Amino acid sequence: MRPVIQIEDLKKQYQIGDQEIMALRGVSLTIDEGDFVAIMGPSGSGKSSMMNVIGCLDKPTSGEFYLDGQPVSLAHDDELAVIRNQKIGFVFQNFNLLPRTTAVENVELPLLYGGASAKERRERAIKALISVGLAERLNNKPNELSGGQQQRVSIARALVNDPVILLADEPTGALDTKTSEEIMGIFQRLNDAGKTVILVTHEPDIAEYAKRIVRFRDGQIISNEVVQERRIAQAEEVRT
Amino acid sequence: MSLIECVRVSFRSIRANGLRSVLTMLGIIIGVAAVIAMVAIGEGTSSSVASQINGLGSNLLIVSPGQATQGRVSLGAGSLNTLTMADAEAIAENDSVAGVAPSVNGRAQIVWGSNNYSSSLEGTTADFLQVRNAEVAQGRFFSNFEVTRQFNVAVVGTEVVSNLFKNATTNLIGQTVQINRVPFTIIGVLKSQGSSGMTNNDDRILIPITTAMSRLTGGKNVGTIYVSAASSDVMDKAQQDIRQTLRAKHNLRPQKEDDFRITSQSDILSTAQEVSSSMTALLSGIAAISLIVGGIGVMNIMLVSVTERTREIGIRKAIGAKRRDILRQFLIEAVTLSLIGGILGIAFGVGAALLISKLGSLSTSISLTPILYAFLTSSLVGVIFGVYPARKAAQLKPIDALRYE
Repeated sequence: MRPVIQIEDLKKQYQIGDQEIMALRGVSLTIDEGDFVAIMGPSGSGKSSMMNVIGCLDKPTSGEFYLDGQPVSLAHDDELAVIRNQKIGFVFQNFNLLPRTTAVENVELPLLYGGASAKERRERAIKALISVGLAERLNNKPNELSGGQQQRVSIARALVNDPVILLADEPTGALDTKTSEEIMGIFQRLNDAGKTVILVTHEPDIAEYAKRIVRFRDGQIISNEVVQERRIAQAEEVRT
Repeated sequence: MSLIECVRVSFRSIRANGLRSVLTMLGIIIGVAAVIAMVAIGEGTSSSVASQINGLGSNLLIVSPGQATQGRVSLGAGSLNTLTMADAEAIAENDSVAGVAPSVNGRAQIVWGSNNYSSSLEGTTADFLQVRNAEVAQGRFFSNFEVTRQFNVAVVGTEVVSNLFKNATTNLIGQTVQINRVPFTIIGVLKSQGSSGMTNNDDRILIPITTAMSRLTGGKNVGTIYVSAASSDVMDKAQQDIRQTLRAKHNLRPQKEDDFRITSQSDILSTAQEVSSSMTALLSGIAAISLIVGGIGVMNIMLVSVTERTREIGIRKAIGAKRRDILRQFLIEAVTLSLIGGILGIAFGVGAALLISKLGSLSTSISLTPILYAFLTSSLVGVIFGVYPARKAAQLKPIDALRYE
């Protein structure tokens, strides 16, 4: 298996007023292509800092980070923007869709910054929305969609550029149990199709949909185990 | 992100906050409209002043009596009665002079039957028509013969006709009227000239200057001598010739000052143009200030917009927007905002100028230059006042922006 994420002795330090906070104290982690990893830990454990670094939203203070074989830790802001655009698909807890913008336009957004033609953008965005079961909701705006549907739009947006990793930050945090299972079903299906998924969560039963759980505490990895009894989402019910 | 996409996004965000955008634009609209209207009024006024002054006569030189001084205090133009008919005749001897029309002025009561009207009376000579750019619409003007022989004939303006011969159907040429109780025969009516400045050129009665001096005003002096130079090229020479003629005639020693004044049409014109151009500059300055105020409004609202849309900026950055993408988006939004304001302002300014010239007495002239200037300025205002908010947006860190509530 080819590693898509290689992290060596990663440290992240924040300065808040006079205080220096060590959010990550020397973390090493490798994630292979096709893996489904849940990152868990209580708040303040460093899992969010880890997610920001993996998502190229933030730069580590020290350490090595290779994404898809490419060194990232020294990349410039604009280079990071390109990496985020090409290699990472984000799914957020609160969906983070642009308001007053239709589903298909939201999904087109990453392609807009990638420089695809208008026709190609529209085609790929529609394809991505169909793949998450929203063929009937292309021109609805976020406020016309349910929470589950909004999260599907944001998954479609994450997928549209065919990224190397799918990075989901508490993707079910704002959803009910049933919808959560549907969303996790989509992630599992995408993972079965070969997509590497990294899930950040604090809910143990959501983490059990993953293949592997990495636990953080006080800025360090305390365990990295394969899930013994993996939960499999019931065949996702496509509600459109 | 392409330029067209940026413009589309900015239009959407301007529409999303409709009222706010309109209020912001209002500053620019008022500024631009003010510039356009002010410049139109300024240019219109100066061209109408110029045409009025040109309408006074062709290659006109005005010789007026000098100012008397009493204990070194000047008593003002016309306080000396130094000009005479003989002076006018002497001036006419010069080759550089084409026509001389001395004049005396007063007011007169004109009576016809039971109607009466008060108008300004001007005694002049046959050269009047040529020197003062006037034409006779009906009848004829008095001849040199009638002037030398002191005939009681009069030529009147249209205003006098309409006031004195109100409902008359009779031919007024040949009618006898009483001017200050002296009977005169109407021999002609002047073609309407409109007003120049404060004077209404149609409200006057013209009679031979000799008749005016002997029977109405009395005295031997003439008020003003209007001279037309032979051509526009010899204006300066004519002015010098007149000066020498008058100095010789008045026996002025070389060190003595002139006891008369010669004003040329171009002097009046340049004075009037100076006044109106400084008016235009002043008004435009005020308008420019309001444009700056409008620009500050744009900047203010863009700063609000950046704060409000911090999350959107975070999302855009997370999915791959570079700094310059965000910078461009907000800059284009600011420029779009002020450009729409500019275009509306041009429309309102032109509309206001047209309305003013239609309703009021001010004439306006709309030219392309201030419109182009306003268009460029308003987009420039957008860039200048949009850069800071756009930079602020572009420099946001994606994680901070995403976490912003």
